[in-house]
Formats: sequence, C-alpha cells, structure tokens
Amino acid sequence: MFGYYLDLALRSLKRNKALTALMVLAIAVGIGASMTTLTVVHLLSGDPIPGKSSVLYFPQVDPENPALAEHTEPYPAMDYRSALDLWSAQRADRQAIVTSSPVKVRVPDSGQPPLMLSMLSTTADFFPMFEVPFQYGAGWSAQEDARHARVAVITADLNDKLFGGDNSVGRTLRVRDTDVRIVGVLKPWRPTPLFYDPWSQNFSRTEDVFAPFGSSLDINQGNFQAYTCWHVPEKVGDLRNSDCVWVWLWVELDSPAKVQAYGRFLAGYAEQQKAQGRFATGKEHVRLRDLMTWLTARGMVPDDVRLQAWLASAFLVICLFNAVGLLLAKFLRRSGEIGVRRALGASRRAIFSQCLVEAGLIGLLGGILGWLLTLAGLWLIRRQPVDYAHLAHLDTTMFLATFALAVAASLLAGLIPALRASRVVPSWQLKAL
Amino acid sequence: MQIRPILAALRRHRLATLLISLEVALACAVLCNACFLVAQRWELIQTRSGVDESSLAMVMVHGFEADQGKDLNARMLAGLRAVPGVQSVNLISQVPFGPQTGAAGISHDQGSFKRKIGVVDFVLAGPGTFQALGLELVAGRLPKVGDYSPATNFAPADAQVLVSRSLAEHAWPGESPLGKEFWCDKLHFRIIGVVDHFARARPRDWGSQAVEWTVFTPTLPGGSLAGTYLLRAKPQDLPRVLRDARNAVAKIAPDVVLDQENSRTLVDLRASYFKADRIMIDLLIGVIATMLCVTALGIVGLASFWVGQRQKQIGVRRALGATRGDILRYFQTENFLIVSFGIALGMVLAFGLNLLLMSHYELPRLPLYYLPVGALALWGLGQLAVLAPALRAAAVPPVVATRSV
Repeated sequence: MFGYYLDLALRSLKRNKALTALMVLAIAVGIGASMTTLTVVHLLSGDPIPGKSSVLYFPQVDPENPALAEHTEPYPAMDYRSALDLWSAQRADRQAIVTSSPVKVRVPDSGQPPLMLSMLSTTADFFPMFEVPFQYGAGWSAQEDARHARVAVITADLNDKLFGGDNSVGRTLRVRDTDVRIVGVLKPWRPTPLFYDPWSQNFSRTEDVFAPFGSSLDINQGNFQAYTCWHVPEKVGDLRNSDCVWVWLWVELDSPAKVQAYGRFLAGYAEQQKAQGRFATGKEHVRLRDLMTWLTARGMVPDDVRLQAWLASAFLVICLFNAVGLLLAKFLRRSGEIGVRRALGASRRAIFSQCLVEAGLIGLLGGILGWLLTLAGLWLIRRQPVDYAHLAHLDTTMFLATFALAVAASLLAGLIPALRASRVVPSWQLKAL
Repeated sequence: MQIRPILAALRRHRLATLLISLEVALACAVLCNACFLVAQRWELIQTRSGVDESSLAMVMVHGFEADQGKDLNARMLAGLRAVPGVQSVNLISQVPFGPQTGAAGISHDQGSFKRKIGVVDFVLAGPGTFQALGLELVAGRLPKVGDYSPATNFAPADAQVLVSRSLAEHAWPGESPLGKEFWCDKLHFRIIGVVDHFARARPRDWGSQAVEWTVFTPTLPGGSLAGTYLLRAKPQDLPRVLRDARNAVAKIAPDVVLDQENSRTLVDLRASYFKADRIMIDLLIGVIATMLCVTALGIVGLASFWVGQRQKQIGVRRALGATRGDILRYFQTENFLIVSFGIALGMVLAFGLNLLLMSHYELPRLPLYYLPVGALALWGLGQLAVLAPALRAAAVPPVVATRSV
C-alpha cells in the first residue's frame, strides 16, 4: 500500500508544481535556519574531552572578605596561597595549578624578531590529566616543577613558526630574559571550549608556550594579571602576596568516594582559613564541580547564539503554520477524488495515511533542501570573524537530526489537513461531480 | 462593503482562517521583537566615544621592562613625530574600543568599598593628550603642569583627575563634582574638571548606564604610562601615517613587539569592536525579510486556493450584478479581517516574547509604538499578497455561473 500512496503522492505533487515548490521551500528555509543555529548550539555545548570530563573537577574557595563586595558565588580563580596550599596537599589523583600571562619569546641567535606570545604556567600533572597529545618529547616531571627547571613545552603551531615543524626538543627558547630548554612539542591540540581556562574567550586557542609554574613565576614576574583584586597590589604584577585571585586549580578524582573525600578536605580547608581570619566565609563558599557542570555554570553558549537559536525556532514554527495552511488547501482541493476513493471502499484510515505519506514526502524533499541550506548556513558562519567559526561543521547527529526534524515537522503539519481530508463525506462530493 | 457575508464565509473555513491568523500573529510578534533588537544593536553601534575618531590612531608595543618605559617613550615619541603628516603623538593608556587596561572599582570612602560608586576605566594620559583626543571640557579646568602624577600601578597613588559628565552625575547627582574626592582602595583622586563625553575601552561589557564611566588621569610619562601612543593626523592622511608609523616602530625600537591587532585607527577599532553586532543586525534583517516572504507566500497560496474553490460563486455574484471591483474588494476585505485577527493576537504574543527575552537578556521593555508600526506592516503585506489572487478572482467572467464544472 505504501508504494501505491507514494506513487499517488508523487503524482499529486507533480500536478501543482508551484504549490509543491512553495511548500518544500518554506519547510527547507525553516529547517535550514533552525538547524544551522541548533548545530552551533550543539557544538558549543559539547564535551571538550569525552571519556575524561566526568573525573575532572574544578575546586573553588572564596578568599575574599564579603564585606567588600557582595557576592554569593566564589570567583572562578584563587589567590596564590590557597591554590598552593591545596595543590601541595596532593589529595587528588592528579592536580595542576594553572595560570597564563603574556610573554616575549625569541629563538636566540636566529635573527628572527621577538614575538609576543601567551605562556601557560602549570604543573606536571597538567599533560596526563588533560590527555594533551605530544608530537615530540613529553611534559616535565614533578621534580622539575620542584626545582623550578628552565624547561618548556611548545605547541605545534609555534614549532612550525619557529622551527619549520622539525623536532625541536632540546633546542633553546629565550622567554623574556631567560633561556629555557624545549622538552616537548604538542600535536595540534585545540580543546573546544578552552575548558581549563575560566577567563578565556571560550573558543580561543591554547597558549603557545607551557612552562613549569614555579619557573615561569621566576621568569615572567611582573607580567601576571589578576582576575580581580580587593586591595591594590603593593608591587605591580607580583601577585604572590596580593589580595588578588589569578590562578586556578584542576583536580582529577577517579571515584565518587574520592570526590566526597576531596569535598570534605576542601570544606575543612575553608573552615580552617576562616578560623585563622584569612577567609570571611567557610565551607558555604566552597564548590567542587565536575567539568561539564562547571562549563554549564559558566555558560558556554554565547548570548547571541542562543538568541539566534530562539529566533530560528520561531521562524520554523511560522514556516510550519504556513505548511499546514497550504497542505489543507491541497488536500481539500482533491475532495472530489477523495470522495470517489471513499465510495469505492477506501477506509478513512487509508485516506489519512495517503495524505500523511504525501506530507512526509514533502518533508523529505524539504529536508534535503534544508540540509543543503544548513550546509550553506554553516559555511557562512565559518566565514564570520567569531572565535567559534572553525567549529561550524555538520556532524552525523545533526545531519540525521535535520531529516528527522524535517519529516517530523511536515508529518505534524500534515496531521490536521489529513484528518480533515479523511472526514470528507463521499456522498456530497459525488453529488457535486 | 458588507462584512457579515465575509464573516459567514470565513466561518465555513475556520481552520484555514485560524492557521493564517496564527501565522500572521507569530510573524507580528517576531517582527516587532526583531525590529526592536535591531534598533537596540544599532544604538550600541552608534555609541559616542567623545573623541575625534576619524583623526586618531593607536600604536601599541609590548615586550619591554618597566624600567625601560621612560627611555622607550622618548624614542617612540621622537620617532613617531618624525613620520610625515603626523600632527601629534601623545601618551595614553587606552582608547575607546581598544584593549582595556585600567578598570577598577571606586568608592566614596578610603580603604573600603562600602560606599561604592562603581567600576570605572582609568585612562592614564600624558601632556597634550587631552587636546589630541579632542575631548570637550564642560566644567573645571584642563590639567596644568603640576597636575601630572607618577604611576607604577594602573593609576597614580594620588592624582588630580577629570571625569566624564555621566560618571559625575552618577556619583554626585545634583552636585558640582569639582573638588570632590574618591578612592580606589588607598589610591586617592580629586576632580579638577568634567568632560562632556568619553567612552570607556569596552563600553558593551559594562551595561548601558556605565558606557562613559571614565576617569581621565593626567600621568607623568614612564612607569605605567608607556608603550601606547595616540597618533593624530588629518583624516585623509591617517591610513598612510599609521602605515608609516607601524613600519617605523621596527627601526625606532627593534627590541619591542608591535601589537599588530591593536595598532589601528580608532575607526577600525570601533568597526571590529562592534562587528558581532553588525552581523547580528544583518542576520535579524535577513530573518525578518525571509519571514515576511514566507508569510506572504502562505497568504498567496491559501487565497489562490479559495479563489479556485469559489469560481462558481464568483460567477454567480458577477451574473447577479456584482462588479469586478466588488469581487476585488471582497477578497481584500477578507484578507484584512484575517490579518486583523492575527495582529490582535500578535500584539499579545509580541509582549509575551519581549518578556521572555527580557528574562534571558539585558533588554528593555518593547516600546508601545512598535505595535502599530508592526500592524501597519502586516496589513500592507497582507494586501500586497492578496492582490494577485484577488485580481484573478475579479477576472472570473459571469458566464462561469452557467457552466457546470
């Protein structure tokens, strides 16, 4: 029966080409607009390290005296002392202190002009914890952290730029005024969003140079910037003894029991600091969120993108109303034909399914055109100067979703007109013939 | 024109009428809100900087040590002033739409933020910068030689400053701000003058009230005031002057790194700062246009269907003496009624949508005048869309009445 309905539907669609084209186009435009924006939302709220994100946690404590500013959430960063205390305790499976700063870099004796780059200061666990891929060499060790070793890891991009993509492990890089030895070169690595950096533009690139936390503090002192301060620092750029938050801590906790234990440790630390008078708040301002919860709390999808998704959805609804109206007109115009079929013994159900098949076919055609429009829309987004432009590609999920949405939407739109058509009273129509 | 027979006919096509009305209602709601969003973004893009943007450019360098600042300034000022066509080169820490360097909370009381005024931008500026920017003084006086204080932090420890009128009215409403004092923690400031308009570096980030919360801080060159230079030239010379200046930096100070991204004219900096808003405006206009097209096509489709369905009735009416004009007006009135239902519902929806948007975004209430304008637009659209089918209906000859199908 399905084949026969399909044949009937094709004939009916061919009969009035302009109307068919109009319906297909309306659905396609609606689908194209909504799928383009939904794909962007889908991509932007994706998991940056699937498989690992559930064991990565972002601890927060609140060193600020709330008498100075009213806030209920701790800052997305810590002061130096809290971070160092928590990191030194080594209570998690892995832990890394992280911060970044701008720095001048050059290759000594190369004749190349110096570059202004950004340097990530962190500790040894950073690389295994975030599964950072290496092309040459490896990260540094905890011992090298401890003795402030003058070593660095560079990105594939920087390696291409400075060393033409060769294995540069063992080469020297002059970071500000200090020579450091390159111990590792990353493979192209662009986690999106840039999850470990809570202040970054969400979809920007990683830092160019990675160096041990202790050594980079020695090297680049004076150039670190604070997220915020509640007292003006005594020495500019030296934030170690300042009332500023500027470093952040990531921990890996492999089991729920460890998460609970770490939560208790964190709360205990805050209470202890409160008792000592350094914190004004205790465990009530302590947070331990896993990566995805933290990203959601931080709000990964830009306001403009969400607004566009809303707008596109409203637009799709308008297109659907349009399709319902046109389908109704199309089906009821064939009332005579339907009357004859009913008189010849077709059940209401048969008429209903015939109409739905036709609606579904329109949906499928709309889906194909909508898919092309979605590809065009994403191509347009890739050409925009936004930091998530490189992400805008259609993945399999969204590809299938496009057709599912198109067919579902057109079936939904066909429901009322098909119901109407199946209610056509045969005798009236036959009399009119 | 009698409305009652039209209403009676519509009652027989309740579903189709309802659908088109709903479509118009949604279109009306989206149209009003989308236009409002466009207007909001447009207003943002028009943000007043208070400076002579078309004559100004910024040259920014990085990668020097704090103790080299003074020497670097001397070399850069001399070197850049030698570029042909330059009218002036002065020191500044930040310009409107460039990178933000000194935002900090200020307060009426010393050492605490209990009587907080707000977060303002401190713009450190050397001698002559005020005139180069083209700021307009509305009260008080310009900085004198003795007013320039040394700074090693984002602002001097104790300084004579000028504030924007907007900040003065916010902090000292109804009072003269001249001679007033304020603090940022231990740093102390005293107001000597008020400027008419002066936008902060990233006006979008701080809410519409705080766009001009700026403190013009006369500062001695060196220390925190180094590495960023304000170039002034005739607008027609500026692109060439900037290009020459950028090229000159490599010779003037081979050890520092020119900030390629931010060493641009203020016009360029403004354009890239508001680029996302411009894209949003284009997108919204695109959506509005496509949506109106789809709605119009829906009306055309349904009206054509009705005209086809009513061929015989039209023929009968014509045979009974109705003129072509009568038939035309019939369909036009019908459309007017359907669109009117839609608009009535659409106004409620528009307000609902506005409330929804307000709860998610920083957006004011939809001004009432958007509703009649939106209504007019949709009435016009409806009449335009129905014209072709209605003309076809009017062309049906009376003889149709006598034919069987």
